[in-house]
Amino acid sequence: MKVYVPTPLSSYTQEATTVDATGRTLGELLDDLDRRYPGIRFRIISEQDRIRRHIRIFVNLEEVRSLAAPLRPSDEVMIVGALSGG
Amino acid sequence: MKRSRRTSKLHLLVATRKGLFQLQAGPGRRSWRLSGPEFLGHTAHHCVLDPRDRRTLLLAMRTGHLGPTVFRSLDMGKTWKEAKRPPAFAKAETAEDKREVDHVFWLTPGHASEPGVWYAGTSPQGIFRSEDGGVTWDGVAGFNDNPACRKWGGGPQDGTPDGPKMHSLNVDPRDARHLYIGMSSGGVFESRDKGKSWQPLNQGCRADFLPDPFPEYGHDPHCMRLHPLAPDRLYQQNHCGIYRMERPEGRWVRIGEAMPKKVGDIGFPLVLHPRDPDTLWVFPMDGGTVWPRVSPDGKPAAYVTRNAGKSWQRLDRGLPRGQAWWTVKRQAMCADTGEPVGIYFGTTSGEIWASTDEGKQFSCVARHLPEIYAVETAET
Repeated sequence: MKVYVPTPLSSYTQEATTVDATGRTLGELLDDLDRRYPGIRFRIISEQDRIRRHIRIFVNLEEVRSLAAPLRPSDEVMIVGALSGG
Repeated sequence: MKRSRRTSKLHLLVATRKGLFQLQAGPGRRSWRLSGPEFLGHTAHHCVLDPRDRRTLLLAMRTGHLGPTVFRSLDMGKTWKEAKRPPAFAKAETAEDKREVDHVFWLTPGHASEPGVWYAGTSPQGIFRSEDGGVTWDGVAGFNDNPACRKWGGGPQDGTPDGPKMHSLNVDPRDARHLYIGMSSGGVFESRDKGKSWQPLNQGCRADFLPDPFPEYGHDPHCMRLHPLAPDRLYQQNHCGIYRMERPEGRWVRIGEAMPKKVGDIGFPLVLHPRDPDTLWVFPMDGGTVWPRVSPDGKPAAYVTRNAGKSWQRLDRGLPRGQAWWTVKRQAMCADTGEPVGIYFGTTSGEIWASTDEGKQFSCVARHLPEIYAVETAET
C-alpha cells in the first residue's frame, strides 16, 4: 500500500516522500518499512512499541494510535511529523 | 606525551542543538577553519573520536520529531552511517517499566584492551554498551534492569530541565571491569564487575537541596572525571560544589571551598590536564537563588588549580569584561594534549573560545553557532 513519509524521514527513503510497503496491521507495515529502509521504524516507534510523541500516523485520513490497527491493501498510510519546533 | 604537530591534526567536534560543526586547527593552533553544519536541524548531544584508533567517530543524535540514535563515521564526518541497533531499553510489560530512551547524552570509548567497546549514557538514565564500534548497542542490564539503580535516579522531577541524565562514564585504565558513572540526579556510582552491580560513591558530597544534605544517593553531579595517570583520584563538579576524591579512602572533599566566595564553586564542566593530575579547569556559573547558571556578575572566567584544589587562579584574559551572561554546559569544555595544553569551551550563545596556553589568554574562534551542547577535541 502507499505510505506517505514526512521530510524528516526522507533520508531513509532516498528522498522519496511516497513509498510502498505491506502489512495486515500498522505494526506489520512498519516492520516491512524497516526491512526496506533499515532504521526508519525506531525513529518513529519507541522500544515500547509506542508511536513517538511528535509523530502522528493516519490511515485514510483517520488518526491511529495502535500498532494493532488493521490495514487493507487499498489503505493509504500517512506518517506525519506533528507541529513542533523552535 | 607531546603532541606531534607534524603528524597529527587537531579538530574540535562541536555538537549543537541544530547540528554538528567542526573546527580544524591550523599550524600551531593559531588559526581555525570552521566546517559544517552536518545534520542541520538535528540535535547533536555529543560527538567523540575513539582515541584508540583515531578513526571511529560517534555522534549521539536525535531529531525534533524522531527518536534517538547514534551515527558513526570512519572518515572524520565526510560520510556517516546510522547504528544498526541504537541504544534502547528492554521491552517491558508494566507501565512503570516501559522506559524509552529520549536521547543519547554521553559517549565514552571503552578500555584500551577492548577495542571497539563504547559506553553510552542516556536520558532517562540508562547505560548501554557496544562491542562493535557503535554499530549495535545493548543495555547494561546490571544497571538498567536493577530496581535499586532505578531508585537512585529518582523520578522525572529529579532530572535536569532537559531530562534526567546519565553522564560521566569513566573506565579505570587499570581495569576494564571498573566503571564509574554520574547521574543527574542520583550521584556518583561505581561498578567493579563491568556493570553487573553498582555501589553509591557519594560520601562527603553535599546535596543541600534534599532534607538530608549528606544522603547516600540523590546528589547532582554535573561532571565527574577520573585522571588517567592517577586513576585513584576523581574530581567532580557538582550542583553543590567542586570535589576531589582519593581512593581507596572514598570520601569527597570540597576543594571548591578555596574558590573566591563571590564567584562560588558551582558550574558544569570540569577539565583535566592530560599530564598533571593536580591541574584542572572549571568554568563557574552563578548558582545562587533560582540557579541562574550564567557567568557570575556577567563576567566570564575559567579557573584553574595546579595543586589539586588547594588554590585557584582566575583566567579571563581575552574574555569580555562584563555583560556576558554565558552558560557553558558540562560537555562543552575540553583540553587537547598539546604543549602547552589547549583549552576550549563553547557557550549556549554559540561561541567557541580557545586558549593555546592553558588558559592564560583566550580568543573567540567561532561565533553565531547554534546553542552549543558539547565540545570535544579529536586528534587524528
